[in-house]
Amino acid sequence: MTNNIADIDNCKTMLIIGSNTTEQHPVIGTRIRRAVRNGAKLIVADPRAIDVANMATLYIRQRPGTDIALLNGLAQIILQEGLEDKEFIAQRTEGFDAWLKVVETYTPARVSEITGIAVDDLFTAARLYAGNKPSAIFYAMGITQHTTGHNNVLAIANLALLTGNLGKPGAGVNPLRGQNNVQGSCDVGALPNYFTGYQRVIDDAAREKFQKAWGVELSPKVGLTVGEMIKGANAGQVRAMWIVGENVAMSDPDSHHVVAAMNKLDFLVVQELFMTETAELADVVLPAASFAEKDGTFTNTERRIQRVRKAIEPIGDCRVDWEIVCDVARRMVSSSKFQVSGSEPETMEPETWNYDSAEEIMNEIASLTPQYGGVTYARIDAKGLQWPIPNKEHPGTPILHTQQFTRGKGMFSAVEHQEPAESPDAAFPFTLTTGRILQHYHTGAMTRRVAGLEQLAPEERVELNPDDAAQMNVGDGEWLRVSSRRGEVQARAWVTDRVGRGVVFMTFHYAEALTNALTNTAVDPIAKIPELKVCAVKVEKLERETQESMFVMVGGK
Amino acid sequence: MPVNLTINGKAVQARAGQSVLEAARASGVHIPTLCHHADLSPVGACRLCVVEVEKMRGLVAACTLPVSEGMVVQTHTPKVIDERKFILEMLLTDHPNDCMTCQADGGCELQDAVYEYQVKWSEHKGKRHSYPIDGDPNPFIFTNFNKCILCTRCVRACAEIQGRNVWGVANRGFNDKIVAGADVTMLEAGCESCGACAAYCPTGALLDKPSRGKGREYQMKKVTTTCTYCGVGCQFDLNVRNGQVIKVTSNRNAAVNGMALCVKGRYGHEFIHHKDRLTKPLIKKDGTFVEATWDEALNLIAEKLGGCKGDQFAFLASAKATNEENYIFQKFTRTVMRTNSVDHCARL
Repeated sequence: MTNNIADIDNCKTMLIIGSNTTEQHPVIGTRIRRAVRNGAKLIVADPRAIDVANMATLYIRQRPGTDIALLNGLAQIILQEGLEDKEFIAQRTEGFDAWLKVVETYTPARVSEITGIAVDDLFTAARLYAGNKPSAIFYAMGITQHTTGHNNVLAIANLALLTGNLGKPGAGVNPLRGQNNVQGSCDVGALPNYFTGYQRVIDDAAREKFQKAWGVELSPKVGLTVGEMIKGANAGQVRAMWIVGENVAMSDPDSHHVVAAMNKLDFLVVQELFMTETAELADVVLPAASFAEKDGTFTNTERRIQRVRKAIEPIGDCRVDWEIVCDVARRMVSSSKFQVSGSEPETMEPETWNYDSAEEIMNEIASLTPQYGGVTYARIDAKGLQWPIPNKEHPGTPILHTQQFTRGKGMFSAVEHQEPAESPDAAFPFTLTTGRILQHYHTGAMTRRVAGLEQLAPEERVELNPDDAAQMNVGDGEWLRVSSRRGEVQARAWVTDRVGRGVVFMTFHYAEALTNALTNTAVDPIAKIPELKVCAVKVEKLERETQESMFVMVGGK
Repeated sequence: MPVNLTINGKAVQARAGQSVLEAARASGVHIPTLCHHADLSPVGACRLCVVEVEKMRGLVAACTLPVSEGMVVQTHTPKVIDERKFILEMLLTDHPNDCMTCQADGGCELQDAVYEYQVKWSEHKGKRHSYPIDGDPNPFIFTNFNKCILCTRCVRACAEIQGRNVWGVANRGFNDKIVAGADVTMLEAGCESCGACAAYCPTGALLDKPSRGKGREYQMKKVTTTCTYCGVGCQFDLNVRNGQVIKVTSNRNAAVNGMALCVKGRYGHEFIHHKDRLTKPLIKKDGTFVEATWDEALNLIAEKLGGCKGDQFAFLASAKATNEENYIFQKFTRTVMRTNSVDHCARL
C-alpha cells in the first residue's frame, strides 16, 4: 500500500476493484465501512456483487478480465470532463502525451461494450473518483491474477497519476496483500530475482555486496518462479525441492499438472503443520512450529513490521522453520560426506548458520536491507514500524511518494485491453472466477481444522446466477458438475445474483471439490502470475442426492 | 482552545469537546462506568458515571457532558456515591448471583463496580428476566441475556467498529432486550462472527463460546502477537493456560486494528493444538511414512540435496513464515544450494 491503513479515515472517495475486502481483509473492510458511515463515497467494481457492494455509492459489474478497458475508460472520461490534476501531471509525471494517444481511443461507448457497464455508470464513477478527492484505490488478486495482471496494475497507477491521487493523505494506490507475511517474504528476498530489499541478483554491485556478507560466490542467473519450478519438475530439469508451509497441490492452477510434477521429483521435502495434500507427495516431511510457537516478525500490507511472539513451546518434536534449515545448512557445509565429488569446496563456515535467536537474524537483515535499516526488535516492540526505515533514528514511512517516486517522476504507461487466455466458447460456455470466503483460508489446512468455521462453511458452493440456474433447472443447494479442459469438480450450487449471467465463482478451500483442477496455468508474461480469475468451464446439473446442509455465507440469502 | 475547569477542587485543563469523564480520567480521577467505552460513542445509558456540577440541577452523567469554561465538578460526594450504589443495587435485582461459576469473573466490569461500591446481592421478590441460555446457534458467540445490563456496547461495537448493525434494542421498559436483527439468530441478521460484541460486553452476557470453562481472565498468560491469516497485520493477545492456547483476546493497543478482529483472527486458532498436527519427522519408505529422528531426517536431506546443487534444486519459501525464516530460506538456497530458485506464493 502506498498509504497506511488508518489513512482510510481521510478518504473522500474509495474505489475497490478486484478485492473482496470485507471477506479477505476483514479488518480493512471494517475501516472502509466506517469511512462510508462517516460520509465517504465508495465505488465497487467487481464481476461479483460482493458483500461490500451492498453499501457502495456505485456498484459496477465488469465482465471478468476487462479491467484495463474499464480503467482506461474512466481516464478518458476524466480528461473529457477536465477533471485531471494538471499541476500534478506537469510537476510529478512523464509520458503523458504518448499515453493520451492510447487512452483517447477508450470512448465510453467502446468501454461499455467491452466491459458490459452502462455508460452512465462509467461517468458517475469517473466523476466521483476524480471530482471528490482525495481518492484511494484498493485492489487485490482480482486485478493481478490475470494474464494482463501487470498491465492492470499500470492502468490503476495511470488513473492515480492523472488525478494526483498519490503521495498525500486519503489518496493512494493500495494493493491488499493476501498472506500475513507475503509482503515480508518479498522484502527479505524469497524471490528468484531479488535479494533482500529488492536488490537485483543480476546487478553486479548487489551480488558483490551479498557475496561479501555471506562469503560465497553467488549465481548471477535469475531463478525460477513457483510456476516455473513446477514446469521444470515436469520437464525433469528440477530434481529436488524443499517446500515450507505451502500446499501447491491445492493452491496452484491445474492441480493434476502440479501433482504430476511433484511425483516426478527425485526428492521432495515438505515442512508443514499438517499432512497436507502436498506433504503426502513428499519423501521427507518435517513437523514445523506454528506462529504461536515462535519469535519473529511479519510485515503487513501497509509495510508495517510487527513482532510475532512465542506463546507456547513447540508441539511434540516440532521445530521452528529457520532452525531446521540452519541445521541442514550446518550439516551440509561442515561434512565432506555431503559434498558432491568434483564440485567446488564449500567456503562457508558452519558457524555462519549458528543464530541464537530470530532477533539476531533480523539484525543481519537490517544490515543488508536499506528499507529495514532502522529496524531493531526494541524499536518495533510496541507498534511496529512502516518501511522504508533507512536508519535507527528514522520514524518509518506511513505514506510513500510524498515528494517523488522511486524512479523520480511518475510514468504514465500506455496499456491496451487484451482478452483473457481462455474465453468461453460453445464447449465451455461459462467463465469461472475463483477466490476465497470469509470463514476459510487458502487450502484450509488451518481453518478446516477449526470446528466452528467448518460449521459455518462446511463445503464448496458454486455461485450461479438465478437466470442461468433457471435455464438449467438447478435449484439452490443442488449438485453441479463443473468441468474445464483440465479437469472436473462436483459441488453444490448457490443460486445468487452475486454473479452475473455466464459467470460462476468457486473457492479453493475444499480438497473434496478441488477447484484448481479446473484453472488455467497461463501466466502474465512479466509478473508470472497465473490467470486464476478467468478460465472457461462447462456447468451441468448433476443428479445426486441432495441433503440439507447448514451453510452460512456473508451476504447470503 | 483549552478549557479550564475544576474537578474535586483541583484545576484541570481539558480540550474543547472532551467530556467531563474524559477530562476527569485524564487528570487521574477515577469515575466508574459500565456503558462507556473509549472506542464507542457515548450514550449515557447506565448513569454510573454521575457527578455533581455547580449550577446544574440534579446529578449529571459525566460521559455525555461536554466540559465548559469555569465548570466546577465533584465526582465523589455522598450524594453521588449513594446514587451509584442505588444504580448497582437496581442492576443486581435482575442479575443472577452467579459470579462463582461465571466465565466473566475477573474480567467483569459490573463485578468490579459492585466490589468497589460494596453493594450486596439480595434476593429480589419482583420480576426477573429468564432468557434461554446459549440460545443462539452461532458457533463462536455465547449468549446469556440474563446477565445483560442493557448498556448497548454490543449494539455500538457492531455498528461502529464492525460496521454491521447486527444488534439492536427491542421493546420498552422492563421488556427492553438486545436482539439480533428483527429478533432472529445472529447469522440470519448478517453476523460475521467477528466477536466484537463479546469483546466489548462488560459482563457475561456475550462471551466467546469455544473457550468457556477453560480458564478465567486471571488464569491466563497473555502474549501479544500478530495474526497468522491475512495481510492486514492485526495484533491480539494469545491467552495461554498450562501450555495451551485457550483463546484470543483483543489488545486495544494494536497498531492496525485496535479491538477489531475477524472471525479467523479471533476464533481460528484451534488448529494449533489439533490432533492432526505433525509432531515427528517422517521419512517415506516403500510408499508409506515412517517416523524418524531429526538426525535421520536431516542427514538424509543433507545427503540428497548435496547431490542436487545448482539449478536442479528449488526452494518454495512461505508467506506464512516469518521474515527471519524467509531470509534464512533464501540465504540457504543462494549460498549452500548455489541457485536463485527460491520463491513463495506471492502470486497465489
